[in-house]
Amino acid sequence: MTILIVIVVIFLVIGVAFNTLGSIGLIRFPDVYTRLHAATKCTTFGTIFISLAVIIFGFYFWRVSGEAKYLVLVLHTIIALACLIITNPTGAHAIARAAYRSGVKPKHAVVDDLKEAEIE
Amino acid sequence: MNGAFLIFMLPAVFILISILIAVFRFISGPTIPDRAVALDTVNTLVVAGMILLGAAFEESIYIDVAIIYALLSYVTTLYIAKHLTEDKEVDE
Repeated sequence: MTILIVIVVIFLVIGVAFNTLGSIGLIRFPDVYTRLHAATKCTTFGTIFISLAVIIFGFYFWRVSGEAKYLVLVLHTIIALACLIITNPTGAHAIARAAYRSGVKPKHAVVDDLKEAEIE
Repeated sequence: MNGAFLIFMLPAVFILISILIAVFRFISGPTIPDRAVALDTVNTLVVAGMILLGAAFEESIYIDVAIIYALLSYVTTLYIAKHLTEDKEVDE
């Protein structure tokens, strides 16, 4: 029981720390692409760990108490995690592509490979 | 109010603070892609908060809301991206 609470709290702390760092990066970074880099990757990673904490919590309580609602909680959290893992990087890629196509250029960029590829 | 409720409710409060920080970028973003990034971040954080609330109240209906919210926010993000691209091509 105690080791379970320690694991769940560690996973929650990791998840919340990464989510908060992603939000702070969204405020602090200079242009769209670095903000996308900070926000999307950090929030996806943090949400994966929060979901893992909920899955471990629900699985343990299902094994101890045998109530079906904890198993339903675990299965639905796994489905939500799968949806998030599939959709979040795809959406970030679409935003980055649309930002470049709509004319927003990187602020301090030295090398712009996409521009050179379009010229050739 | 038992211990499990507090363990999952405190991270939900921190997630709420992160959402408020991201909303600040949504309001003050200089370009439209900035706002799209902030909206995507808010959507992901709302899914995380919904999962935490579902575990805190031990109700799986919150997790169902999180699943539908994740899929709908994905459609919204793709539509905003498509709109941004098309808008520029019409201008040219």
